Amino acid sequence: MAIDTIPQDQPAPPKVALINDPRARALFFQVLVLGTILLLGGIIINNTMDNLASQGIASGFGFLNTTAGFAIGYSPFLEYDEQNTYGYALIVGILNTLLVAFIGIIMATIIGFVMGVARLSKNWLISTLAHIYIEMMRNIPLLLQIFVWYFGVLRALPGPRQSVDIGGTIFVNNRGMFVPAPVFEPGFGLVTAAIIASIIGIIVLARWSKKRMELTGQPFPVFFTSLGVIIVVPLLAAAIMGFPMTWDYAQLTGFNFVGGSELPPELVALAVALATYTGAFIAEIVRAGIQSVSQGQTEASYALGIKPGVTLRMVVIPQALRVIIPPLTSQYLNLTKNSSLAAAIAYPDIILVFAGTVLMQTGQAVEIIAIAMAFYLVVSLLISLLMNWYNKKMALVER
Amino acid sequence: MTDQTRQYEVGMHPDMPPPASTVGLYGWLRSNLFSSPANTFFTIFAAYLVYALFPPILNWLIFDAAWVGTDNTVCKNETGGPIGAACWPFVYAWFKPFMFGFYPDEELWRIKLTYWIFGIGTLALMIPAVPFKKWVALFLLIPFPVLCYFLYVGGSFGLEQIETSQWGGLFLTLVIAITGIVASLPIGILLALGRRSNMPVVKAVCIAFIELWRGVPLISVLFMSSVMFPLFMPEGVNFDKLLRALVGVTLFSSAYMAEVVRGGLQAIPKGQYEGAQALGLNFGKMMFFIVMPQALKMVIPGIVNTFIGLFKDTTLVGIIGLFDLLGMVQTGATNKDWLGYLTTGFAFATIVYWVFCFGMSQYSQHLERKLHTGH
Repeated sequence: MAIDTIPQDQPAPPKVALINDPRARALFFQVLVLGTILLLGGIIINNTMDNLASQGIASGFGFLNTTAGFAIGYSPFLEYDEQNTYGYALIVGILNTLLVAFIGIIMATIIGFVMGVARLSKNWLISTLAHIYIEMMRNIPLLLQIFVWYFGVLRALPGPRQSVDIGGTIFVNNRGMFVPAPVFEPGFGLVTAAIIASIIGIIVLARWSKKRMELTGQPFPVFFTSLGVIIVVPLLAAAIMGFPMTWDYAQLTGFNFVGGSELPPELVALAVALATYTGAFIAEIVRAGIQSVSQGQTEASYALGIKPGVTLRMVVIPQALRVIIPPLTSQYLNLTKNSSLAAAIAYPDIILVFAGTVLMQTGQAVEIIAIAMAFYLVVSLLISLLMNWYNKKMALVER
Repeated sequence: MTDQTRQYEVGMHPDMPPPASTVGLYGWLRSNLFSSPANTFFTIFAAYLVYALFPPILNWLIFDAAWVGTDNTVCKNETGGPIGAACWPFVYAWFKPFMFGFYPDEELWRIKLTYWIFGIGTLALMIPAVPFKKWVALFLLIPFPVLCYFLYVGGSFGLEQIETSQWGGLFLTLVIAITGIVASLPIGILLALGRRSNMPVVKAVCIAFIELWRGVPLISVLFMSSVMFPLFMPEGVNFDKLLRALVGVTLFSSAYMAEVVRGGLQAIPKGQYEGAQALGLNFGKMMFFIVMPQALKMVIPGIVNTFIGLFKDTTLVGIIGLFDLLGMVQTGATNKDWLGYLTTGFAFATIVYWVFCFGMSQYSQHLERKLHTGH
């Protein structure tokens, strides 16, 4: 690089031996690295081919179309039975992973923000409790926590007849958690349409009010208006159609519950453990983010006569979010990757179904592990793209 | 004339005592717990939480628990089922497997000897007054692991060979975590340098390697190492289950280590590189004598944090059939004498893991404060 910047009229740099020429060296090293990798890869591929041939294991992705012949314990979205193919089992596993990751991320975010704010509370008791919670959760392996929730709490619950009854609608026992399931009757389409329409209306309203505030400085109570719209409009639509939705409550019949929606204990244990564990890390991130906004910002805002609530919303939180979002992204990624611990308590996620059962049946280790890893890589990439987009939106706009 | 109404010269009035509502226990309670109606509500809510959570946990762990005895008779209720509290005799009975797995009793001195050496070494590193720190650190990093290897595996120097399938418990956890971190340090440094290199091929390879391992869960890496590595080897070569797990853990943690080291490299001001180059040092000397000592010192807390993460993650080796502390606890609870005391085992494991991780995280925070010599 230095050579390029020498002006033309100066004498040419003295000729160096090839071994001391940085460009020649760089080329040599790169060829060396590439060569080593290709050589190693070649040896590995060669060995693998030999081994597969000698063990009589097929290769290629043809097995995805073969009948699976095993059952999957939990498949809430798709109908699955033993006649389906391995490829279909893979999709069931992926959906189960995404389900637990989704529930976990939402719960972890709520727990994290509550605990992070509680940790900063002026109330001594609240902040001490939050501190204890964070230090307990962060320093105990996640797998152990999942085991404690699964074997220590959920499996230790009484049987269906002595279920823990939460308000007569939710029942928790050693077979899982039973929640009411919504039943949609004809005519519910209008309610759905009303919900979608009010969401669109709220987005338009928020844009308009932001624009107006930037132009005139007049605020508009977007939050309460939106709350009103999202409650009233669908309710109105439902009233017109004669409330086309009922709840199917779980009921104790014989020795188990019938009806409602059943969440298996594996799912509950995994989601709760993931959420409480990751929540502790998010709490620390939230605390650091809030503390990163200097006291002067709040004081300046008060000095301008801005109310505390507005100060928090318009001054502190936007600045804190800038610090919070990048590490929050990596916590979401961690949670999604950690959901693979499902295999330890037999929740049928992609690892258990695919890298466990399918691998055992077909023996096609290379293809199966490659698919499982590719899935996690794609999810990681998607989450980080999404969060980078959001981060860019929130980032400080400099001149 | 009372004290209250006395006239003073301007500026001569003695300080009044602070209002009673701001000092003492009353003042503390008022400002920390009951400063506003909302705050009072939160205090009552939190007090209820404490009341609802802590007594049952303490009762289970301590007051209702069975403490004395060597067999399971003290842990049974009238009907012969397990008592509704912790059964510590289970831990006494299985203490040795929890700590060392099924390593033969008469050979345990090998492990204990290395524990002593490691303990004394790290203590020497932590106490500021001890001299020769560099040599102690170097000893712990290079000759000590070699010594450990020969002692643990045996089969040479007249020591009996001990199969790795007999290793287990906390000992195995420590072996995996420490090997992972020590082996991943040099690989991580190389990867970090490669990622910052100007050579496009080297840079691309390093980025791909780092992002691949950081993007997938450890458990898939462990599955990979246990089912795919045997396929990669030439026919007839078969290596140990523990070694396969170690390779997987090392590859995985070296990617994280690389990112930690890269953070340190980025924090070194450009002037340091330029100064070294102006003195005529080549790349190797510049890195070894100028950049790395500063960068590594800066990232010690990050390395400790990576180690804590790895220490917690070692529990996953249980899934591929190695018996670390957690795996040993589960094995213990399937013993016919101790069925039903799994939760006690978990409580014991929780305490052990918590003490280790909390201790290390406190040390790392202490280091961060100590090393934070900036502005």
